[in-house]
Amino acid sequence: MKLTLKIWRQKNNNSKGEFKTYVHDHVSPDMSFLEMLDVLNEGLVKKGEEPVHFDHDCREGICGMCSLYINGRPHGPLQTTTCQLHMRSFKDGETITIEPWRAAAFPVVKDLVVDRSAFDRIQQAGGYVSVNTGGVPDGNAIPIAKKIADEAMDAAACIGCGACVAACKNASAMLFVSAKVSQYALLPQGQPESKERVEKMVAQMDEEGFGACTNTKACEAECPKSIKITNIARMNREYYSSMFTNYEVTVSGGGD
Amino acid sequence: MIFLNDGGVTFSHWGHFMGTNPVIRTLEIGLVAGFLIHIVQGILLMKKNRDSRPVRYQVVAPAPNSTWYSRSMGLLGTLLLLFLILHTAHFWIPNRANQFATGEELNLYQMMLDIFADPLIVAVYILGCISLAWHLLHGFWSAFQTLGLNHQRYNAIIHFIGTAFAIVVPLLFALMPIAMYFNWVN
Repeated sequence: MKLTLKIWRQKNNNSKGEFKTYVHDHVSPDMSFLEMLDVLNEGLVKKGEEPVHFDHDCREGICGMCSLYINGRPHGPLQTTTCQLHMRSFKDGETITIEPWRAAAFPVVKDLVVDRSAFDRIQQAGGYVSVNTGGVPDGNAIPIAKKIADEAMDAAACIGCGACVAACKNASAMLFVSAKVSQYALLPQGQPESKERVEKMVAQMDEEGFGACTNTKACEAECPKSIKITNIARMNREYYSSMFTNYEVTVSGGGD
Repeated sequence: MIFLNDGGVTFSHWGHFMGTNPVIRTLEIGLVAGFLIHIVQGILLMKKNRDSRPVRYQVVAPAPNSTWYSRSMGLLGTLLLLFLILHTAHFWIPNRANQFATGEELNLYQMMLDIFADPLIVAVYILGCISLAWHLLHGFWSAFQTLGLNHQRYNAIIHFIGTAFAIVVPLLFALMPIAMYFNWVN
C-alpha cells in the first residue's frame, strides 16, 4: 500500500506546530496503525530526521496509552484503540490526517503526544476507597446483584485513553469521570465516601478546564471500551443528591 | 382555535383571557425570565465549551458518532432567537405596548390575517418552526439525561414523548400561518 500521511509536528508545548506531509510506500494491510508509524520512523531516523513522537505501550488494547485523532475521529474509523487498528481499514493511495487529541486540558507535549495527567489528578481527587475495608471477604458475604456487579465492571473497563474528550465537540471529560464515579457508586465498598467522591472529582474536572456535556453521545460511539452515557446520568444523579444532602465536605477543587 | 374558522371569535375570547388573566400574566413573567436565563446560560455554556478546545482539529468527521442537530443546538437556538424577536415584534410587543398605553387589546386575529398574507413572512415562520422541532428533538431527552433521569425502564417513554412533542407542537405552530396564507381560515 502507498499512503500519504499528513502528520502534526510540534517541537514542544511552547512552539507552534504545523502539518507535515509524508509519502509512505512500505505499508502492508496487515500492519497495525502503530507499526505503520514505526516503519515511517525507521525511515526518518535513517535519513537523519526527527522521528514522529506518539504515545503507545501495551499494543494490545488494554493500557489506554495510545491516542491519535485519525481522519477526524479518535482512534480512527473503528471503535477500538489505535494499536488494534490495522491498515486494512484504509484504502491504497489514501491520504490520512493524524492529529493529537485537542483539548485545553490535554496540552501537546511533542508531535502527537499529549499530557493526559489531568485524568490522573481527577482520579486522585476521589477515585479510590480510602477507608480500611479489611481482608478479602468470603465469596457472597456481601450480596451484590449480578446486574449491578456487571454494570460496575462495565464502568471499570475504562482505560482512561481520553478518546471521549477527543471525540466530544466540547472537549468534555464527563464519560471518563462518570465511569470512575460509577464503578464505586454501584458497589457497597464505595458507599461511605460516595458523596465526597463525586463532589471532589467533578470539582477537579472543572478545575482542569474540560468542557460541559451537551449529550451528543459522540463519546459513547467512539469509546474503545464501550462505556455508556448511562454513567453520565448516574454521575449527575449522584452529584445533585450530594449537593442537596451533603453538609460535611467543603470542596476546594485543588485535588487534595 | 383559529382552525375553528369562526372569524376569530373563539381565538379573541381566549386571547383576551391569556392577555388579562392575572395568573397567566404572572406565568408570562416566568416564561420571559425562563427564556432569558436559557439564552444567557446557553451562550455562557457555548463560550466555556469553545474555550475547552483552543486549537481546532484540521479534519473532523463527527457524522458516524452523533447527530448533526445534537451538535448544532447553538445554531438552532440562534435561529430560534431571531425568529422569536421577529415573532414578538409582530404580535406580543405591539399588543402589550397598546395595553399599557390605552388599556385596550389589539385585534390580534386581524393582525395575523394581515401579516400572514406575505409569503416571505410565512416562509420565515415555517423555518422557525423547523428549527424548533430539531432543537426540541435533542433538547427534550437531553434535559432528562442532564438531570440524571436515565433509566432503562423509562428511557423509551421519554424518547417517545420527546419525539412526539418535537413534531406535533412545531407542526401545529407552522399550520397557523400556512392556514391563513392559503385562506383555509379567514
